[in-house]
Formats: sequence, C-alpha cells, structure tokens
Amino acid sequence: MLMVGLAALIWCGGWWLNTRLANGPQADTRLVQLLVPVIFGVTLLLVWQLLVKGLQVPLVILPAPSDIAVAFAGNLSKLRDDFLQTFVKGALRGYVIGCSAAFLMAIVMDRSDFLRRGLLPVGNFVAALPIVGTAPILVMWFGFDWHSKAAVVVVMVFFPVLVNTVAGLRETSAMQRDLMQTYAASYWQSFFKLRLPAALPFVFNGLKISTTLALVGAIVAEFFGSPTVGMGFRISTSVGKLSLDMVWAEIVVAALAGSMFYGTVAMVEKSLTFWHPSQRR
Amino acid sequence: MKTIVAVLTVLTVIIGFWYAACLPMNIKGVLTEAERAGVEVVPVGAKERRDMGEMGLVLNNSFAIQATWSQDRPRLPAPHQVAVELWKTTGAMVLKGKTMSKRSLFYHAWVTLSATLLGFAIGTGLGILLAVGIVHSKVMDMSVMPWAIVSQTIPIIALAPMIIVVLYSVGVQGILPKAIISAYLSFFPVVVGMVKGLRSPDSMQLDLLRTYSASLSQGFWKLRLPASMPYLFTSLKIGIAASLVGAIVGELPTGAVAGLGARLLGGSYYGQTVQIWSALFAAAILAACLVALLGVIERIVLKRMGIGA
Repeated sequence: MLMVGLAALIWCGGWWLNTRLANGPQADTRLVQLLVPVIFGVTLLLVWQLLVKGLQVPLVILPAPSDIAVAFAGNLSKLRDDFLQTFVKGALRGYVIGCSAAFLMAIVMDRSDFLRRGLLPVGNFVAALPIVGTAPILVMWFGFDWHSKAAVVVVMVFFPVLVNTVAGLRETSAMQRDLMQTYAASYWQSFFKLRLPAALPFVFNGLKISTTLALVGAIVAEFFGSPTVGMGFRISTSVGKLSLDMVWAEIVVAALAGSMFYGTVAMVEKSLTFWHPSQRR
Repeated sequence: MKTIVAVLTVLTVIIGFWYAACLPMNIKGVLTEAERAGVEVVPVGAKERRDMGEMGLVLNNSFAIQATWSQDRPRLPAPHQVAVELWKTTGAMVLKGKTMSKRSLFYHAWVTLSATLLGFAIGTGLGILLAVGIVHSKVMDMSVMPWAIVSQTIPIIALAPMIIVVLYSVGVQGILPKAIISAYLSFFPVVVGMVKGLRSPDSMQLDLLRTYSASLSQGFWKLRLPASMPYLFTSLKIGIAASLVGAIVGELPTGAVAGLGARLLGGSYYGQTVQIWSALFAAAILAACLVALLGVIERIVLKRMGIGA
C-alpha cells in the first residue's frame, strides 16, 4: 500500500513540476522543451514500477520495468542475434530494395502521362490495403529465412514511396519548368537540378512512413514461419512460454530500432532538404 | 474518361502478367502430378527437373500450360481460381441462404469487421479526447506530444500477441482483445491529425472570437472543431485502414478459428493457397469499402459545412 501511495505522490509531483515548467517564463527554451517530456517519461516508468510491485501484479500480466531491464541485460547476445536477423537481414534489405524499386518506378511513371493516370489510382488503392496479409504467401514462396521477410517488406514499402514520389515529382510550378526551358536544360538536367530536389520532401515523407512499415512487415512475417531466431519468432514463442519480461525486452529492442531507423532517415532528410520551409527555424 | 481507360489498361496488363507468372510458378508441381498420372514428361523424373529453368520446362511440356491455371493447390493460383473461390464463399452462399455459415467469407469478414469497428470507435474517441486536451493544456502538449510522435515509429503490431495473451489470462476474450489492438493502431493517426486540425484556425480568427468575448467552449465548438473536420477525415481514413490491419494481425497469434486473419493462417497451415488469396482479396475489398464509405461521409459533411468542393 505504501508503494501505491508513493506512486500517486510521484505522479502528482511530476505533474506539478511539469506544470510549473510549462507555464513558467523559461517554457520556450530548448532545455525545458526537452526536459518536460523526459520528466513525464521518467514519472510514468516510476509509477509503473511502484504500482506493479506494490499491487503485486503477476509477471504474466505486466512485468515491472526492473524485470524487463534484467531480462534485457541477461539476454544481450540473444537479442542481438534477433536484431541482426529481423532488422538488418530482413527489414533493412527489403527496405532498400523496395524503396529503390519504387523510386525508379516513379521516375518511369512520371515520364509517361498514360502510365501515371493508370498506375496512380491503383497505387493509391493498394497503399491503403492490409498488405501484411501477403505475408503467408510470400513465406510459402521464399522459405522461412530472411528472404521471405525482405520480400514482405518490399511489398509493404513499395506503394507509399511510389505514391509520394510521384506526387513530389509533380510539385514544380509551370514557371519554374519554363525557366529551365529558357536555359535550354535537357530532361535529365532539369530532373536533377529542379524536379528531384523539389520532390525530396515528399520522397522523404514516404521513406519515413516506410521505416515503421518495414519493421512491422519483418516482424509479422515471422509469425508465419521463421528460423529459430528473430524478433517475431522470439515474441511469439516467449508469449507461449508466458515469459513476458522477454517479450517486453524484445519490444524495447523493436522500439529502439524503430526510432533510430526513423531518426536516421529524418537526419538525412534534414541535411538534404535544409532549404524547405518546414526545416527552417 | 482517359483515366478510366488508363486504369483498365493497367489492370489488364497486371492480370496478364499474373496468368503468365502462373506458368513458371506452378509448372514443376503440375509436371510431377502429370508424371504420376502416367503422362509422358520431358525430362523424366522430378530430380532431373529440379535444377532446370522453369521457362525451359514450360517450352518442353506445352501440354501442361492449361494445367498450371487449374491446379488444386497451386503455388500461385490463377485470377479466375481466386474469383471462383471468392464467389463460392460469398455469392453462392447467399443464394443458398447460408450467408452466415462458417464457410462463408461474409461470416469471417463480419467477425473481423466487428472488431475493427469497435476498435476504431474506441481509438478515435480516445484520440479526439487526447487531442482536445493537448490543444487546451500546454503541459499535456509538452509532455505527451513528443511521446505520441515517438510511439509512431515503434512497430506496435509486435505487441499484438502479448496483448491477447495477457487479456486472456485476466479473463477477457472474444472481440475485445482484437478491438484493443485496432484501437491502438487507429489512436495515434487521429491524435496527430486532430491536434493539427484543432490548431488550424489562425490567430486572426482566434482574435476575432476574443473580440466577441467568446468563452473557451464556444471557441471550441464554433471555431476549432469545425476547422478541424478536413484534418479529422484524412486521419480517420488512415485510422480505419490501420484498424483493419490490427484486427487481422490480432487474429494471427491466438489461432483464432473465425475471421479473415484466421482464414489466412489456416490457409498457410494447410497449403490452401486459393483460400489465402481469396481471404486477402476479401480483406482488400473490405478495406476499400471502409475507406470509400468514410470518403462519402466526408464529402457530405464538408458539403453541409460549406467547405467541400
């Protein structure tokens, strides 16, 4: 009961601190803007820990953060193998193949009005579909190893990138294109110097959406069959063994991988599209 | 008109490719079956054929081309096989008066759809509430919003098997666990879109309301909420597609016996490829219908508000 009371106290304390910080005179400084979400996160973790321990919630329902940390530290090599199998072999390779294929396809589509008219509605339609459903088929075709996971990822990231790139390549105004024409620029010159840079914010939008999809695809594909290593495999078998601390450790890995993947793409975007209004400070 | 012709052409080409792809995908299985049935096959023996190119096999055994499109359990079923299976499990069932029989896709689609809709309702409801809180409270904005954005980069679906098992162990089962996964997936798109929408009125409009000495709730109901509608519908469309994916994935790890996800899983266990493909198309049609339905509602609502084109 003591711990529950403490949890309530910490929650109120954290909230009070954040209220003070957010409504205080320093609210718009960079430090406070970073500090407030961190305080919120730490408070949440502490409350979680104290509530689970205080109410003696069984491990099979919700492990405490400390249990998860122990499982994480105790299975580092296993987690690393899973990470390599699912993320590096499956998700990353599929992401690179799928995004480059979609990008090239978008350039081809942009050159032909007919193709664009025909493929864009189809692409838009497919982009909204539950493509994860193709996972059992692709696992059947490409076997249990990373090839099938990469294939699922390719199919999942292809359409968002395609649709966004095609939209981006049409972003230039007639005035800008006319200017290139008056310079007697060839198709490829105006493509590389005008239309590709103008398309980049859209392309990166698609690439950023695809980072999450890539991980989701690789993990879900492992539910349909996998070698005895991999994040999806570990999650489904650990759930079966009711060792939820391991599941949560795997989720921590997935979360870290997902946010770092996204962060990397966002950083590349920042350095390539520094001129865009959304990047200005 | 030009667009329709173009789309139809593209679809025809895709279906043509599909039929063509059936040849190399299925030829080995067909030849093995034909050999067992006593037909002469070049070259003899599955072992010799294993390392040969698929296209070469097709050219050598042109009699088998027909058979690659009508196998019982093909690696890649032909379009008409999928269409026939879809009709057998939907239209034909209705004609027989067994719309809700367990073999009917309507039954499975309904199981998935009910979880999707329940989850979607929970997710959007909570999402809109949180967005209202974020817009009106600076503390919530500063502490919750960064986490909401970060959580978008996490593959939430990885949680699905765990959520189901945990809820099962506390005695909750049936539609609710799947609905919770759906809700989780549709929650964040709605929060992010709704926050953007509620913030979309510019300072001029907000100032005008202040000169009218409008209260906070009046400002919300008369300015912010109407202004957020276009944003809301955009994120609702993303949310419902995500909800459907969530409900389907939620059916996978439990070994559920009903629902489109269960059809996918069952098909992959028993090598019933035609069943997988028809379940996939059923899911696709369902998703398209849901998004289209939201599009219609969007057009009506926006038109009545005077925003729609």
